[in-house]
Amino acid sequence: MVRVDGNGGSQSLIRVRGLNKTYSRGGEKIQVLQGLNLDVDKGDFVAFMGPSGSGKTTLLNLLGGLDVPSAGSITVAGDEITHMSGSKLTQWRARHVGFIFQMYNLIPVLTAYQNVELPLLLTKLSGSERRKHVETALGVVGLADRMRLYPRQLSGGQEQRVTIARAIVSDPTFLLCDEPTGDLDRKSADEIMALIEELVAKYGKTVLMVTHDPVVAARAHTTLHLEKGVLVEGTASSRQSVLAGGAA
Amino acid sequence: MKFRRLILANLFRKKIRLILTIGSFAVALFLFAFLGVVRGAFNRGADVAGADRLVVIDRVSIINLIPLKYRDQILQIPGVKCITHNNWFGGVYQDEKNFFPQFVIDPENQRQVFPELVVPDDQWNNFVKDRQGAIAGARTAERFHWKIGDRIPIKTTLYGGGSWEFILDGIYHGQRPENDETQFWFQWDYFEERIPQAIKGQIGWYVLRVNSPDDAVRVAKAIDAKFANSPNETKTETESAFAAGWVKQFGNIQFLILTIGSVVFFTLLLVTGNTMAISVRERTSELAVLKAIGFSGRAVLFFILAESLVIALAGGVLGLSLALLAVPALAKALNGMLPQLVLEPSILVVGLFAALAVGIASGILPGLGAMRMRVVNALRRV
Amino acid sequence: MAIPLIYNVRSVRARWTSAIVAVIGIAGTVGVFIAMLSLARGFRATLVASGSPDNALVMRAGSTSEMMGGITLDSVRVVEDAPGIARDSSGPLVTQEVVGVIPFPLISTGTDANVQVRGVSPHVLRIRNFVKIAQGRMLEPGLSEIVVGKNASTTYSGLTLGNILNFSGSHWKVVGIFDAGGSSFDSEVWCDAPVLNQVLKRPQNIFQSATVHLVSPDAFQQFKDAVTSDPRLNVDVIREVDYYAKQSTRFTTLITILGGVVASIMAIGAIFAGLNTMYSAVAERGREIATMRALGFGAAAVVVSFLVEAMLISFIGGAVGCAAVLPLNGLTTATINWQTFSSLAFAFKITTELLIKGVIFALAMGIIGGLLPAVRAARLPVATALREL
Repeated sequence: MVRVDGNGGSQSLIRVRGLNKTYSRGGEKIQVLQGLNLDVDKGDFVAFMGPSGSGKTTLLNLLGGLDVPSAGSITVAGDEITHMSGSKLTQWRARHVGFIFQMYNLIPVLTAYQNVELPLLLTKLSGSERRKHVETALGVVGLADRMRLYPRQLSGGQEQRVTIARAIVSDPTFLLCDEPTGDLDRKSADEIMALIEELVAKYGKTVLMVTHDPVVAARAHTTLHLEKGVLVEGTASSRQSVLAGGAA
Repeated sequence: MKFRRLILANLFRKKIRLILTIGSFAVALFLFAFLGVVRGAFNRGADVAGADRLVVIDRVSIINLIPLKYRDQILQIPGVKCITHNNWFGGVYQDEKNFFPQFVIDPENQRQVFPELVVPDDQWNNFVKDRQGAIAGARTAERFHWKIGDRIPIKTTLYGGGSWEFILDGIYHGQRPENDETQFWFQWDYFEERIPQAIKGQIGWYVLRVNSPDDAVRVAKAIDAKFANSPNETKTETESAFAAGWVKQFGNIQFLILTIGSVVFFTLLLVTGNTMAISVRERTSELAVLKAIGFSGRAVLFFILAESLVIALAGGVLGLSLALLAVPALAKALNGMLPQLVLEPSILVVGLFAALAVGIASGILPGLGAMRMRVVNALRRV
Repeated sequence: MAIPLIYNVRSVRARWTSAIVAVIGIAGTVGVFIAMLSLARGFRATLVASGSPDNALVMRAGSTSEMMGGITLDSVRVVEDAPGIARDSSGPLVTQEVVGVIPFPLISTGTDANVQVRGVSPHVLRIRNFVKIAQGRMLEPGLSEIVVGKNASTTYSGLTLGNILNFSGSHWKVVGIFDAGGSSFDSEVWCDAPVLNQVLKRPQNIFQSATVHLVSPDAFQQFKDAVTSDPRLNVDVIREVDYYAKQSTRFTTLITILGGVVASIMAIGAIFAGLNTMYSAVAERGREIATMRALGFGAAAVVVSFLVEAMLISFIGGAVGCAAVLPLNGLTTATINWQTFSSLAFAFKITTELLIKGVIFALAMGIIGGLLPAVRAARLPVATALREL
């Protein structure tokens, strides 16, 4: 169950309370998030939408532990991450977050296999255990036969699959997707979304996704909109307005 | 210039790279100046040799002595203007490490033959009157903090041995910075008095001046012909040939240092030039924008060249200035092991031109590329 | 857990055009560093090889060089009776010698260079027993015959076996070529001591030094004490090895300082090149670094990774530099030995130890050149770098 009213129970997997983020740009203070609340349960698939500059990326950075909020708290699986030190946060990311980026962010000089293996190098797994995990993850995304190839030898859709494999290989608490289909054609985008849906349905993954594409957002269980620094639940009308905005 | 802003803004966009590139230039030019100084030091003798001076040594061996009585016979040869004679003393002052050349001189004629080594008249007059007197080069005097009037003991194992004591009556300065200011002179009379009977009346070598440099070869031949088949045959050379002979004996060392140095210098410049070329290539799309908004290809070329020239000039000036500061320190470290280390203006000029040439070379290729590029293609190449 | 090394290896390979700048800079620096040191060492080794541990040199007290020595035949006779001197059928193993400096034309330039000519006593080969006659025979005492060191023979024109030379007013026959095992004697010409004294118009029965062969290196102190305490003698005794080692110091210091200055200047240049390479590596790979950080690699892992990369580049540079100067090993060159005013041939001596030093020098440059860029890489703001183009 996804809630944005701040009344979720303590059993929520991800619990965000009163999140504020203020940037100062050229002496001017810009308040991006203003007391944002969010509760996400295990197995939820949430899409965040909102116009450019509404704070989608900021929210994602905060949830992924890449940035720290000005105020408020984020608790994931019982750990409050907002007060962690930089190195603590780094370790936390390695264990709990799987990132999927719009621009894939694969390391060009490493093969698909080596890219997927990267997060496992931070664990205590042995070489043979790592191999098993990597092969499983690449199998899930359907690239078991491409693991020796370099990113430049793969298509955009395949690159994004490798990213997904890399995100799930260490079995993180949740996945963060930043415009996962932004660089893909419609067909590849469909395939990627089907894969993410499968991850949720079949493997019980929790997925938080930022997108500006309503068609993509529609595949999530819940769509939330960022408006004036807080999240509001998606209604038909608001979804309509975004569609209109996207068309304009 | 109205484009100054644009050029400066581009220069400072990547400050670290700018600093490093200027630094590399400075290092290369510093090295260039340094090698020039070392080369100069090795060749010093030949460079400062008087064109009208001849050196007369024993034909068999430079360490053999020749009779003092040859002096008058040489003076009879037409074209000879004046003559002096020297002996190598080879003593040790306090410690072997404190090496400097000590010459026994003929006080009557030394100044006529070596007018470029200047001693104030009052000091010289005291020296001539003082049998135990000595004159030191300014560098040697400075090195051991000698003052006029100091007593200077020098030990020797030759010439009967023992410790010889001298009184410093004067200090000579070279007219040119390249002149050797390390010598130590003392009087022939004092020397001859103390040496064993067997070698009295024998000198190490003669140095003479001829009336005209064009006449030098003829006079040299005449001298050697005069003493041919005598017990002490002579070998007469121009001072520059004599000095060059010593330089050649340094052999490949000098050649090696210079070869290694030049290779390195050009590598450094190549590397630097390449860095500058890369920084232009990275900005291809921006340059395309400039062209798109109406700058001509030539203007773009001009921007790039101006930028690389400014970097080259800044690096060159910095490196050469550092060299100017460092050479005296280096001279101290070498402690008299090489003759005078002098940074000649010609080195500075050549170095600066080399820097500018590399500046142009490294800007011109990417610059021409940018001038010719098609805006449409470049804009898409993000 | 560290970022895998393969990442750095492949990254260097992928950006080799940029890395090559640093590689060349470092290779050049290491090359010069090793070349200069091997030059100094070769010079020193040549002189040190000239001395035998069981030989001692006797010179007039206070002399710093053989050139300055002076020892009478009477004194030599006294020395010969001292304890510790080895003997064989011909008597005590002592060679009393005269040294002269005589110009010979160089084959390479045709100009004269000074050669050390050593007047020796007949059984010198038993005292300097590492010297072997390679061609021809040893000279006969009392005759105008010379034997020539192998380097002198190949450096100066006319010093070939069987040739008759004209110098110092007499005719000399080259009767042999000797091999002195790479020591300074290889640059010398040897003749009979009394004959040389005659030619140089020096008084007979005065020599410049005497070299004695001891029964063992340990006998030195006994011999020295006996000779220096003898009231009939006024001489210094020094081990031959020490005498030659000392001769090398001036040149060695000169080359070491010159080489040191050149190598340090170049090291600065190479570090600049390294900094440039690594900074642009960091700039170009900002997104990759941010991705690693997002995946959970710590700042320290990033610093280590980039340092490793810088060291990888500098190691390649060091190895290239070593490989480039290796052919110099054994190459013979010559310079003037100011102690004797004569030319001395010697060979570059590149040892494993020098090569290792060169590589360590390269790695040091790599660390200095890589540290700041590595720290900058670790400090990149992850969130923005992740999404930049």
